[in-house]
Amino acid sequence: MRSVQPSALSVEGLSHAYGARRALQDVTFAIQPATFTVLLGLNGAGKSTLFSLVTRLFGTQRGSIHIFGHDVARDPGEALRLLGVVFQPRTLDLDLSVGQNLLYHAALHGIGARDARARADKVLGWIGLADRAGDKVRDLSGGQMRRIEIARALLHEPRLLLLDEPTVGLDIKSRADMLDHVRRLVAEERVTALWATHLIDEVAQGDDVIVLHQGRLLAHGAVPTVVADQDAPDIHAAFTALIQDTADERSEAAT
Amino acid sequence: MTALPVPAPAGFSLAQYLICLKGIIWREGLRFLHQRERFVSALVRPLVWLFIFAAGFRQVLGVSIIPPYETYVLYEVFITPGLMAMIQLFNGMQSSLSMVYDREMGNMRTLLVSPLPRWYLLSSKLVAGTAVSLLQVYAFLAIAWFWEVEPPWIGYLTVLPALVLTGLMLGSLGMLISSVVKQLENFAGIMNFVIFPMFFASSALYPLWRVRESSPLLYYVCEFNPFTHAVELIRFALYGQVNWLALAVVVGCTAVFMVGAIIAYDPSRGFIARRGGGDA
Repeated sequence: MRSVQPSALSVEGLSHAYGARRALQDVTFAIQPATFTVLLGLNGAGKSTLFSLVTRLFGTQRGSIHIFGHDVARDPGEALRLLGVVFQPRTLDLDLSVGQNLLYHAALHGIGARDARARADKVLGWIGLADRAGDKVRDLSGGQMRRIEIARALLHEPRLLLLDEPTVGLDIKSRADMLDHVRRLVAEERVTALWATHLIDEVAQGDDVIVLHQGRLLAHGAVPTVVADQDAPDIHAAFTALIQDTADERSEAAT
Repeated sequence: MTALPVPAPAGFSLAQYLICLKGIIWREGLRFLHQRERFVSALVRPLVWLFIFAAGFRQVLGVSIIPPYETYVLYEVFITPGLMAMIQLFNGMQSSLSMVYDREMGNMRTLLVSPLPRWYLLSSKLVAGTAVSLLQVYAFLAIAWFWEVEPPWIGYLTVLPALVLTGLMLGSLGMLISSVVKQLENFAGIMNFVIFPMFFASSALYPLWRVRESSPLLYYVCEFNPFTHAVELIRFALYGQVNWLALAVVVGCTAVFMVGAIIAYDPSRGFIARRGGGDA
């Protein structure tokens, strides 16, 4: 008998406040393994707060987060082991080589040097930078650095990959390449990806989408479903309609 | 569509803990080697004090025979332990600065999302910073030897455990401060409010009995300054002796600062979350 596989990421009743300012309010969702989910929201919607909570940079104030069934607050070691993260700010050591950056990350996960080198070759192959291991990170382009960060996040073979606005500052071609890389990883390596962005054109028809606005979850589902629910022609219009509704509710409540 | 099976929870082995520690020390060492200016300035700072300040003050300050010295010593010899501690103080504060800097650049995040326990990651970071400070101190001692600062040979060995302790104490103090300092430019503030008072209100530059003669109040301040005890621990260890009071104070302060830093970086209680860590 095979047990039912838990959700890749499940978030229940999550609220978070910075002093009086509420960044997340009662957010609940679950994403299934081997899916590509776009977390869509304007700046300040609460995307980074959500990521900081999932990666345990902040402790949860209310609600709970599970990664493949492991509670992030109670069992952080097992939860974080299954998690790979690409942060919004660049986090590579510019003075070190690509290989040294990857080895350091592997060590942080308890992976020894020999094993780490083999894995580094593999992940660099995936992202098409197999010949750049010896190069200084400083000498790479912005797009290449981002791809290295994805390779690094995959080094310890996580099952869930979080990407916080990974295309910020990239040109159109690099952006498209990044999306291709990650979608391919989901399709071929069965990784689960949660991709946060404020750029609606990064959403594809086959993706799942979560719409976050002013700390509230407004919609979650396959893109065609979310679009149909709003009677909108496309995801662009659906997103506008969703955040318009909130604005209306707010003004009604105020009068 | 089925996903790959999720690996079973396995915990972490001792070997994995050691790999992690080794990796953090290795990276700190690489970074240090790549920042040559940092090494040079870490050496020039105490050497300026030794070559210029000490030469000028040699005639002004008479140092009588006090333990652990058995003869009259040159002023250069007297301030050497203080300068060794100063190297570690700067190193501790600088790695605290780099923690703030790292945190802004996201490197701290990379460290903190490691699945190993957070207290272990922070302790490893401290050990790595201390190892770098040892390199600096021994390089300084090597140059000082040509300047007639010649402690007994065995002293170079006996001072090592003392330096490890003082390095950890000053490093954990820096880490504690880094959790409450908000911005990069606040290093000037750390200079004014931490480094200068700690250094000058200590036994680094003058024996405390001389301080007492001029100001009993300042004497008590010096006595309560943990940096004084770091200096004395190093001073005695350099001559193969143990100053038990200094040892107790340094060990106690290290424990307090480390626990403080670990609490400060704990996600559920820490200051990171309270401040919001910048962007929302």
